[in-house]
Amino acid sequence: MSLLRVEGLSKEFGGVHAVQQLDFAIPAGQVFSIIGPNGAGKTTLLNLLTGIYVPSSGRILLEARDLTGRAPYEYAARGIARTFQNLQVFFNMSALENVMVGRYLHERCGLPAALLRFPSLARAERACREEAESLMRFVGLGEYAQSPSDAMPYGALKRLEIARALATKPRLLLLDEPAAGLNPTETLGIDALISKLAESGVTVVLVEHNMKLVMGVADRILVLDYGKRLAEGTAEEVRRDPKVIEAYLGAGAH
Amino acid sequence: MSGRTASLATLAGIVLLLPLALQNNYYYEVAIQVGLNAIVCVGLNLLIGYAGQISLGHAGFFGLGAYGSAILTARYGWPPLAALASATAGVAVLAYLIGRPILRLRGHYLAMATLGMGIIISIVIATEDRLTGGPDGMPVPALAAFGAALSGERVWYWVVGATLLAAVWLALNLVDSPHGRALRALHGSEVGAEVTGIDSARHKVKVFVISAVYAALAGSLTAHYAGFVTPAKVTFFHSIELVTMVVFGGMASTFGAVVGAAVLTVLPQALTVFKEYEMVVFGAVMMLTMIFMPRGLVPTLALTLSGRRLPR
Ligand SMILES: Nc1ncnc2c1ncn2[C@@H]1O[C@H](COP(=O)(O)OP(=O)(O)O)[C@@H](O)[C@H]1O
Ligand SMILES: [Mg+2]
Repeated sequence: MSLLRVEGLSKEFGGVHAVQQLDFAIPAGQVFSIIGPNGAGKTTLLNLLTGIYVPSSGRILLEARDLTGRAPYEYAARGIARTFQNLQVFFNMSALENVMVGRYLHERCGLPAALLRFPSLARAERACREEAESLMRFVGLGEYAQSPSDAMPYGALKRLEIARALATKPRLLLLDEPAAGLNPTETLGIDALISKLAESGVTVVLVEHNMKLVMGVADRILVLDYGKRLAEGTAEEVRRDPKVIEAYLGAGAH
Repeated sequence: MSGRTASLATLAGIVLLLPLALQNNYYYEVAIQVGLNAIVCVGLNLLIGYAGQISLGHAGFFGLGAYGSAILTARYGWPPLAALASATAGVAVLAYLIGRPILRLRGHYLAMATLGMGIIISIVIATEDRLTGGPDGMPVPALAAFGAALSGERVWYWVVGATLLAAVWLALNLVDSPHGRALRALHGSEVGAEVTGIDSARHKVKVFVISAVYAALAGSLTAHYAGFVTPAKVTFFHSIELVTMVVFGGMASTFGAVVGAAVLTVLPQALTVFKEYEMVVFGAVMMLTMIFMPRGLVPTLALTLSGRRLPR
């Protein structure tokens, strides 16, 4: 049973076809990877799958529900969370508060409860803090719990976005180049974290421009080129696909 | 003790002990003025400092609160508390009607819209002289509650002090709740906030309405306290004064908003030579704050005292 299905999805930016006529389905409980060279349309696709862009045509269905045209917060409420290639950390807040924001959907309260700080809210806030702390430990950021986010190194910020996304308790987690800009050791760490996420049962969409990185963790791979589907299948199928070999591996890139 | 309790306890201590230093009625008058401005600034700081939205029309909300109370009590004989509640509720509705369409748009449209709104309100108040007394203003009956009329600086000091403490308490609670985190988050990264489930437009409208209510309430109290309203406090310049107080005191610091209001209310009183150059002084304060301590006074002091390097 697929968790997310995309039908005829396209996005144009004034003549640039960033994403063209994509059809694919993401099975639940797997790591689904989207790869392609820079400019292939991977980030645009994630922006479509989170409501940040409205598609020029096509539909996005989470289970049977059509989410096309909804606002990003509605995608989040339906269980889709993400990280960003260019960080979108709340630099005006501490690391822990960033993760606590991720709990918003589960800790929502009325305005009177917030203004008057009802005892129920005080309790929920304590639970929220503990949950955020444990998520920070889960992604390997235990030591940064009290840091201001703008004092953290780049690699830690990437993990912080993962913790914030996990705090929303997503069914589908979209990671946009989580290893970009990291050194080889940090990249191994992120790989291990993604495997740990996959084991925990959340469906992961892993976007990467480096094909080698995803071969080990991805159950299925979608290869994009100029916004179009070049190939899709298991890692083994994609690796043997002549079009992929020619356009992607054969070109000597990476 | 949490930061929230500590801030509130400090402020309560100041409000309680300050009368020891207030030697005469004039000092009380200034202290009351500080308190009333601080109430507006605490609300405005929720909007500017926490949510990152600028309003250039809060003097308009203040004016509607003041004239709402004045007109309903003096012209229509309403009980003052009913007038105060109605004027404040009316301002809340107006802020909602303005904020809802504007705050869906990204960018600084709110500043433009509130600028226009503030100017329209001040013109209407100055020209509708049958209702408002025009440029000359109009008298306002005393605030009577539970059968007793409030009068005298000392009584008003405690009324305003208690209202300020309540306003600060509510603001601190809000900031330290999922609502407050949502506001700071959308200020930090709107798209980051949206993808974690925050309806940013809705939160901006809510905080805009709350900040307008704070201003209207302070306006109503000011009208009753002074016993007279004039259009002077409803001008664009007063909106700028309020924003300057918030920026100078420290954005995203409730305590900072109170300190900003205190310093910039007392300073022009203390240096009467400023009177003629008031606008110039406020302009200079705004510029120098932006250049030398963009975080504002209280956050900058807090960071310096805690010995941490100043983050960008
Ligand atoms: N907001 C935008 N406006 C205009 N063009 C865009 C926008 N976002 C992406 N593009 C264009 O769409 C294409 C795909 O970009 P992107 O999705 O960022 O690729 P990738 O993430 O695979 O590197 C590029 O040609 C890019 O310039
Ligand atoms: Mg990209």
